[in-house]
Amino acid sequence: MVYAAVAAGSFRRYATYRIATVAGVFTNTVFGFIVAYTYIALWDERPHLGGYGQAQALTFVWTAQALLATAALMGGGGLDELQERIRTGDIAVDLYRPADLQLWWLAADLGRAGLQLLGRGVAPMAVGALVFPLALPGDALTWGCFLLSVLFGVLVSFALRYLVALASFWLLDGSGLALISGLACMFFTGMVLPLRVFPGGLGEVVQLLPWAAILQVPADVLMGVRSGDGLVRGLVFQAGWAGALLALGRLVQSAATRKVVVHGG
Amino acid sequence: MASGRTVAEPRGGRGRAAEVARGLAAYGLIVRMWVRSTLAYRTSFVMMTVGNFAANGLDFVAIMLMFSQIESLGGFTLPEVAFLYGTSGIALGLADLLLGSIEGLGRRIRDGTLDTLLLRPVPVFAQIAADRFALRRAGRITQALLVLGWALPRIEVDWTVGRVLMVPMMAVCGTAIFAAVFTAGAAFQFWAQDAAEVQNSFTYGGNALLQYPPTVFAKELVRGVTYLVPLAFVNWLPALRLLGHPDPLGLPGWVDFLGPVVAALMCTGAGLAWRLGLRGYRSTGS
Amino acid sequence: MSGAAAAERLIEVDGVEKVFSVRRKAGRLRRVRQEVRAVDGISFRVPRGEMVGYIGPNGAGKSTTIKMLTGILVPSGGRLRIAGIDPARERTRLARRIGVVFGQRTTLWWDLPLKDSYELVRRMYRVPDSTYRANLERCVDLLDLGPLLTVPVRQLSLGQRMRGDIAAALLHDPEVLYLDEPTIGLDVVSKAKVREFLREVNTERGTTVLLTTHDLTDIEQLCRRVMVIDHGRLVYDGGLDGLRAAGDGERTLVVDLARELPPIDGVPGARTVRVDGPRQWLAFPASQSAAPLVAAVAARYPLVDLSVREPDIETLIAELYAGGGTRWDVAEDGGKTGDAL
Repeated sequence: MVYAAVAAGSFRRYATYRIATVAGVFTNTVFGFIVAYTYIALWDERPHLGGYGQAQALTFVWTAQALLATAALMGGGGLDELQERIRTGDIAVDLYRPADLQLWWLAADLGRAGLQLLGRGVAPMAVGALVFPLALPGDALTWGCFLLSVLFGVLVSFALRYLVALASFWLLDGSGLALISGLACMFFTGMVLPLRVFPGGLGEVVQLLPWAAILQVPADVLMGVRSGDGLVRGLVFQAGWAGALLALGRLVQSAATRKVVVHGG
Repeated sequence: MASGRTVAEPRGGRGRAAEVARGLAAYGLIVRMWVRSTLAYRTSFVMMTVGNFAANGLDFVAIMLMFSQIESLGGFTLPEVAFLYGTSGIALGLADLLLGSIEGLGRRIRDGTLDTLLLRPVPVFAQIAADRFALRRAGRITQALLVLGWALPRIEVDWTVGRVLMVPMMAVCGTAIFAAVFTAGAAFQFWAQDAAEVQNSFTYGGNALLQYPPTVFAKELVRGVTYLVPLAFVNWLPALRLLGHPDPLGLPGWVDFLGPVVAALMCTGAGLAWRLGLRGYRSTGS
Repeated sequence: MSGAAAAERLIEVDGVEKVFSVRRKAGRLRRVRQEVRAVDGISFRVPRGEMVGYIGPNGAGKSTTIKMLTGILVPSGGRLRIAGIDPARERTRLARRIGVVFGQRTTLWWDLPLKDSYELVRRMYRVPDSTYRANLERCVDLLDLGPLLTVPVRQLSLGQRMRGDIAAALLHDPEVLYLDEPTIGLDVVSKAKVREFLREVNTERGTTVLLTTHDLTDIEQLCRRVMVIDHGRLVYDGGLDGLRAAGDGERTLVVDLARELPPIDGVPGARTVRVDGPRQWLAFPASQSAAPLVAAVAARYPLVDLSVREPDIETLIAELYAGGGTRWDVAEDGGKTGDAL
């Protein structure tokens, strides 16, 4: 099937960026250390902050670094190419292809996410586990649920980035929106501070937003904070947002297609 | 026909100092051109600067959120952490503004556009540092200044003339130290063009480190950042003295004043690394 | 050194070499270090005011030579001086006196309007106001740059950008101009304009020009002297006519007969290579005169019209490349070999 080939091709392509991947792992690890120490100090002051123990807080840190590239937590993730194609008008060619635009880019994104999970996810997590006491699960089932949750998280992340990229059909300069969305992503996923640590009402609201589905939920699954009922609710939350945002993406896509066809790009 | 041609000899002679002066002049020239070009698109510039401001401000928002739950972090209060945050942010922001563009060296080597720079009668370093001068990076500096401005009246310091002067000195030395790290990172890209991200660990990572108190981090990390990559001299050591906190490494007091020396050494080292890298590039091509 | 002697040797290249160390895959895992001699002992002199063509197949070492001449690359061996300056040691001092145009890449600032790029060039090279204005006006005039001055370089077409690049290279009155594939991708009209401009620059300003190109019409129209490089060595250095004469070159006699006839034969010294209706092509050695041939053909065949074609440069060069340079004598003194021009 075409989309499987696209995904495989994307996987292989990102596998060739060896030096960049190693450099990325290095950066992730360094930042992981910095944030980890900060959190140790923070949890020393308030041992049950956000309902996390210190080991769980540290696990959150390293999960964030491990998923940074895969879930494109700081934006990017290859969709800037889509944005560029829209800006230059090359997108018209893509829209006339028999393959669906959204599914195409989704397949490519999944291929990339897969490679980066292996290439830039495993190593930082391993380093973190070696140096710090983490709250990692012992059973395969939890790991399996974690991977499923990561997949859902990547879907949500893609859906959001796709919408931002499509905005280039209407905006002259999409870089402003991309910047804002990157910021929002960093903040609302919990990269900057775990969502459960956000005080009061803000904390509650933030955990309902789609970005919470990208990092917070998978991390909670991994640490066992979400288990049983909580686990199921978390996955449903993720799937719900993924579905809604992907559907919205399709709507926007047809509007964009009509625009291109009618106005000729 | 060609008889009357006057050859333009470089002004000021051919010594090293003259070379540096020419480099600075060319830097200023290119920067002015980019600033003019940026300001021609006024709204876009404002948006980008605000965005830059906001992106950097997020880090402090995180710190504020943290302190909404705690009173002190590693023995430092919020104004004290804000002081660290502000001083480090200003140093990195200035270094980023002045020569952050050299991060793009690896890309230029891959594109082949580095050769174009070698054709000009101007040092390559000046050209790369000034290339695409991004005035919007002032967003980070502004935001750090605001935080510092908030912190200064709130920290408990017995302000003597000497102590007051320490603050601008921290800014200058800190900028020089970060500038040296940027330069060394660029020189590294002569060797590994795709590894631009590595230097981010030292520059942005360094800033992320320095905005928190040194007491938060493991001794090995603090040692590394003092002896190996001397980022601690940007703001930690002078700040510890200023705020009256003990040094986790227990270094003798005069070390806190070594900032300028460290900065000078690092700049010399980075400059050397750059020259070596460029010489290597001209030997082996791309 | 007297002025005249110095002018004779504006560009001095003596036994210059460039060796690259390349890691090649040898089998599954092993990497073997191999030496690639991109430039293998090249020597020539270019006097002031000459316009020289520098041609060769891809990978022959042309770009490497240009890079060494301009100071981008440092030679592995040999001696290289331009106006007495060593490009490897005094790059910036030399840069003031040379202009370079790369066909594949622009030397201009991508996001800035053309005019701004020129301003930058003016300031960087410290071009006096009057000189700058005069040069800019001339370039704008001859290269049709007027409407393009306010356009950002990235929005220019290839031909427009090329013309912009050429102007930029000349604003500071360089003594030497290097052109690396300047007409690549240009349409016929633009090519003609560029050639015209280069001719004028060379004859009126006395600018020494070194031109690398794959378009041999450029050479034919502009250069009296041509250097051919292959596998890092100079395999020919002399005049264009010499190039034609020195090879196995054949000229072609194209005859139009009264009607379609079987291929002409029995004419000494010539062989029929092609027949197309009443027209036939006969090849004969370039060194031989065409007159007896014409007489012989006219005596036995109904000749309506004829023309003599010079050997195709492309074929000549292709033969040169294919032969690996073994059957050519390198003209040592850099002067003009072969026939008078």
